[in-house]
Amino acid sequence: MNPSRRRFIKTIGRYVPLSVGILPLSGLLSGCKTLETVSTIGAKVGSATGMLTESQAQSIEKSGKAVARSFEDITPEQEYYIGRTVGAQILEKYNTYPNKQATDYINLIGQSLARASDLPETFGGYHFMIQDSDEINALAAPGGLVFVTRGILRCCHTEDAVAAVLAHEIGHVQHRHGLQAIKKSRITSALTTLGLEGTKTFGGQELSELTETFEQSISDITQTLINNGYSRKFEHQADLDAVIITKRLGYDPHGLVDMLKEMEKQLKPGRIDFAKTHPSPESRIAEISSTLGAPGSIPDARQRRFQKALAGV
Amino acid sequence: MNLRKRMRFPLVLAVFLMISGITMAAATKSVQIREGAIRSAPSFMSKIIAKVAYGDLVEAVDNKNGWSRVRRAGVEQSGWIHDSALTHKKIVLTAGPSDVSQGATGDEIALAGKGFNEQVEREFKEKNPQLNFKLIDQMEKIVVSDSQMRQFLEAGRVSPQGGTQQ
Repeated sequence: MNPSRRRFIKTIGRYVPLSVGILPLSGLLSGCKTLETVSTIGAKVGSATGMLTESQAQSIEKSGKAVARSFEDITPEQEYYIGRTVGAQILEKYNTYPNKQATDYINLIGQSLARASDLPETFGGYHFMIQDSDEINALAAPGGLVFVTRGILRCCHTEDAVAAVLAHEIGHVQHRHGLQAIKKSRITSALTTLGLEGTKTFGGQELSELTETFEQSISDITQTLINNGYSRKFEHQADLDAVIITKRLGYDPHGLVDMLKEMEKQLKPGRIDFAKTHPSPESRIAEISSTLGAPGSIPDARQRRFQKALAGV
Repeated sequence: MNLRKRMRFPLVLAVFLMISGITMAAATKSVQIREGAIRSAPSFMSKIIAKVAYGDLVEAVDNKNGWSRVRRAGVEQSGWIHDSALTHKKIVLTAGPSDVSQGATGDEIALAGKGFNEQVEREFKEKNPQLNFKLIDQMEKIVVSDSQMRQFLEAGRVSPQGGTQQ
């Protein structure tokens, strides 16, 4: 090795470790700086006027080219607002069953199950409500508002069966099946054309256009949810989720089979409920049977509290 | 020979530092839910050590079974939060013109309060006064605490098995 090359390598040898060592450190430092900036932004929220400024309007115009958007571009915050309104529509369909004991009970089961799902955190969290109807039905609004009728709870003879019903609905939420019912053109229009979006307060014209798109999107979801039902594929996926989620939390997934068998007995042809919007209980059982494993036994304490909590249902 | 030996140490050190630098590289993420909890371990059964709010930034320094170990600015203690509470996008709570432009086309930024928001809901309510949003508000207030949940599961002998989220 010639002397100059040797000297070069020696020099590199001395400085490389030093400079490489500094790199990650500088990354950390710049990270902290970013954090500070954003906290400052956060602090300003309260004082935001939210009006669309001229420069914002210009940049919107420039960026207003139609970018294809899908349900995946809907943020959890927007999903939350969609879910609230879908929920309010579901409340139109049935009255609420004002039984605090039963409502608390299904929230204990449901919110525990949600944590065992693949989407434990949503913008506003998971909440469960019982509706006063003999119809056999369960519906989930995007974001985690879940509604079950007294009719479907009567198909459940164990807490594990109730858990299966709730976990099936959580499955629809975690896969965002409701949002997928929204026509793509509306999402593109809401998220891009009206794109603007940074503003907290829209002007009259934008607001009414956006509200119209909102209304149509809600209608897409409720049409699917209440009248047409999801595809067979989505229902099967939600059943598989129910098996996985109940197992993870420690319930017996055979609760789903027991509930479906009872539902089969109780379903009356021609009624607008599960029979219209879901595949037959028999075919649903057939599709999940290989995933269930050996049936477990239900502890007495669990069965007693189930009977007590849902006695009036 | 002697020189090669002397060179070996700095080079090994350089490679080591480079690798550790890569694994240490923290990713900045935003909290995308209204309120989130940072916990002492990657499990919902573990203790809550801090609360975070929508738009808060965290540095994710480790990841395990769908949970991220995160640090917050100015706080030494790190903690765990489930990945579903986080997004890689920067959530901009008050947007300037450049944010709006990027937010409408790019994937780097999410603008809080955009699109379907509280204001749109209010407008919708006015057009549909028969809808009962008060009941939805009541429904959202039903929140099971960690201790209630733990008691409930124990009393019913429901034992989480292998659920990574639990």
